[in-house]
Amino acid sequence: MADFAATALDKSQNRQTGGAGAMESGAAAQPLVRVEGLAKYFDVSPPLLTRVLEGQKKAIVRAVDGVSFAIPQGKTFSLVGESGCGKSTVARLVVGLYRPTRGHIEFEGTDLASLRTRAQMAPLRKRLQMIFQDPYASLNPRWRVADIIAEPIRAHKLMDDDRGILRRVGELLEQVRLSPRDGEKFPHEFSGGQRQRISIARALASNPEFLVCDEPTSALDVSVQAQILNLMKDLQRELGLTYLFISHDLAVVYHISDYVGVMYLGRLVEWGEAQQVFGSPRHPYTRMLMDAIPDLEMTGRQRIPVAGEVPSPIDPPSGCYFHPRCPFANERCSAESPMAIPVGSGEVACHGVEEGRI
Amino acid sequence: MAQTPVLEVRNLRVEFPTRKGTLVAVDDISFHVNEGEVLGVVGESGAGKSMTGTAVINLLEPPGRIGGGEVYLDGRRIDNLPYEQMRRIRGRQIGMVFQDPLTSLNPLYTVGRQLIETIRTHTDLSEQGARKRALELLAEVGIPSAERRIDQYPHQFSGGMRQRVVIALALCVNPRLVIADEPTTALDVSIQAQIIALLKKLCHEHGAAVMLITHDMGVIAETADRVAVMYAGRLAEVGPVQQVIQQAKHPYTEGLMGSIPKVGHHTDRLAQIEGSMPRLTEIPNGCAYHPRCPKAFARCFAERPDLITQGATDVSCWLYDEELQRVEAHG
Repeated sequence: MADFAATALDKSQNRQTGGAGAMESGAAAQPLVRVEGLAKYFDVSPPLLTRVLEGQKKAIVRAVDGVSFAIPQGKTFSLVGESGCGKSTVARLVVGLYRPTRGHIEFEGTDLASLRTRAQMAPLRKRLQMIFQDPYASLNPRWRVADIIAEPIRAHKLMDDDRGILRRVGELLEQVRLSPRDGEKFPHEFSGGQRQRISIARALASNPEFLVCDEPTSALDVSVQAQILNLMKDLQRELGLTYLFISHDLAVVYHISDYVGVMYLGRLVEWGEAQQVFGSPRHPYTRMLMDAIPDLEMTGRQRIPVAGEVPSPIDPPSGCYFHPRCPFANERCSAESPMAIPVGSGEVACHGVEEGRI
Repeated sequence: MAQTPVLEVRNLRVEFPTRKGTLVAVDDISFHVNEGEVLGVVGESGAGKSMTGTAVINLLEPPGRIGGGEVYLDGRRIDNLPYEQMRRIRGRQIGMVFQDPLTSLNPLYTVGRQLIETIRTHTDLSEQGARKRALELLAEVGIPSAERRIDQYPHQFSGGMRQRVVIALALCVNPRLVIADEPTTALDVSIQAQIIALLKKLCHEHGAAVMLITHDMGVIAETADRVAVMYAGRLAEVGPVQQVIQQAKHPYTEGLMGSIPKVGHHTDRLAQIEGSMPRLTEIPNGCAYHPRCPKAFARCFAERPDLITQGATDVSCWLYDEELQRVEAHG
């Protein structure tokens, strides 16, 4: 109960100062979201009977295994990595769709994992919202757009008169550059990009400060992607939003992020300011990813393909998970798991960097 | 260019008869691909790029049909062949690689069985000879320990490895033409680079012509020799990849290039094309791009532009016609 009271107090203070501060300076020192030692294991064992009869062992996927980062207010933190590296799991953990196996998620100093009941979660829930990848699956096809957008308002009882809600829905639609009249329509009448705008409007309906965006533009064409990315940047500026942005597209991440974290097999191998991570990547995996970016400039640079594939997270390699693909790996890398060491504005988890070999 | 192109498409038109009238998905498209050349076909979803690919191999899903135009493979017309003859050409002379490798492979047969069957259907190799050839192919596409993998089923391969198998399958009878429809879209960036490098190398070695259909400009930039940009079922621009990407002529290509975020170029806002591509039912008169085009003028609203040659590039935009006239008037 004490936690809950503290949150409410924090919140009222932040409402007065936080939003304005983020908009004028853009450099708030206090992180809005802090994730520490976050882990999520999934039990993918065969059924008990099969295990007993066929002598199979329990199988655990370490989807996220000890991830720590912090996001300052009004900034964008992006997670990149190949499929299966656990970036979407982090997104779901942060919004509370999964309960972490270990670790903490702090939102303005309140640990989300300490909130056990729905009633305790509710005041925080409306301040963090999520945008999903597939705008076709994330909107109920049988609801009118106005009802879809009004759902968070009704669920959190932010307003109770229907005319007020309708007016607010109109504002939200205009905010995402749609027409208030579009509220009467059904989702199938919209294109992919317009649907993603509706998802954004719905996410904004409860006046959140923090948006988790899980591959919001991956299902869209480039020209539509540009519209959505521009919209997201505009909204961030207007409303002082903080983003956790998940993507596999490095160019998109470079464009939108202030901070970037690179994930590999459930671990954060490197994070730091976007300029630093892209400009002078330190971890060998980050470097490989950078080399694999298709080159539109065609300066004659041959794209260096990353050798090998991501190993299965059920049976990850020993030591540093990247060592079987790493050109700089030595014995220590295959035996000992590297700790994150501070480099520049961020951290890198690599023995080679620590020893000064790379 | 004295040589006969491997693939030549003239005024191709694909239509779908519906109760509300005929929809034209591909509208009067002409292009060619030479031997050893990679032609990239780009465009946004619904631009008709995959439809063009399927029309070339005559595998349109009914009620879709070729409404006009001609398709030539090595100078021989193939769009009007009877089904059985076309089937043999597809097997022997055209290889296909699709986006999702799982749909191109039969889950009930081992990878080796599928390769051997394909090789034996189209060549007169013996069972053993075909197996040897299959092993060579698997090694060539970079599948480690091919002797063991050949007797495994598709589900035992990862996404990238499956796509390698599909490429092996497409190349197993030394086709003249390879049609690759979004071959890397389902793959991770790191695997994507491997597959692209492989596809390009093999096609050069086998002397095949490649039609690479994708929405990813990055893939095109690295792989294609020439590129065709499609918009609303029409060709906007065809030309050497370097020119199209760096000095786009058509306003659509220009907008498309501007909207791609690039690593190393920090911009606050991306250039964006307003609106969206029209649906097939509401393609505007004149140039299909005019409602979104910042440079549109009267003629664009009324008349549809033809391809106008500008150096090595062909572009369908009235801007260049006017320029041409001005140059002629002065000269």
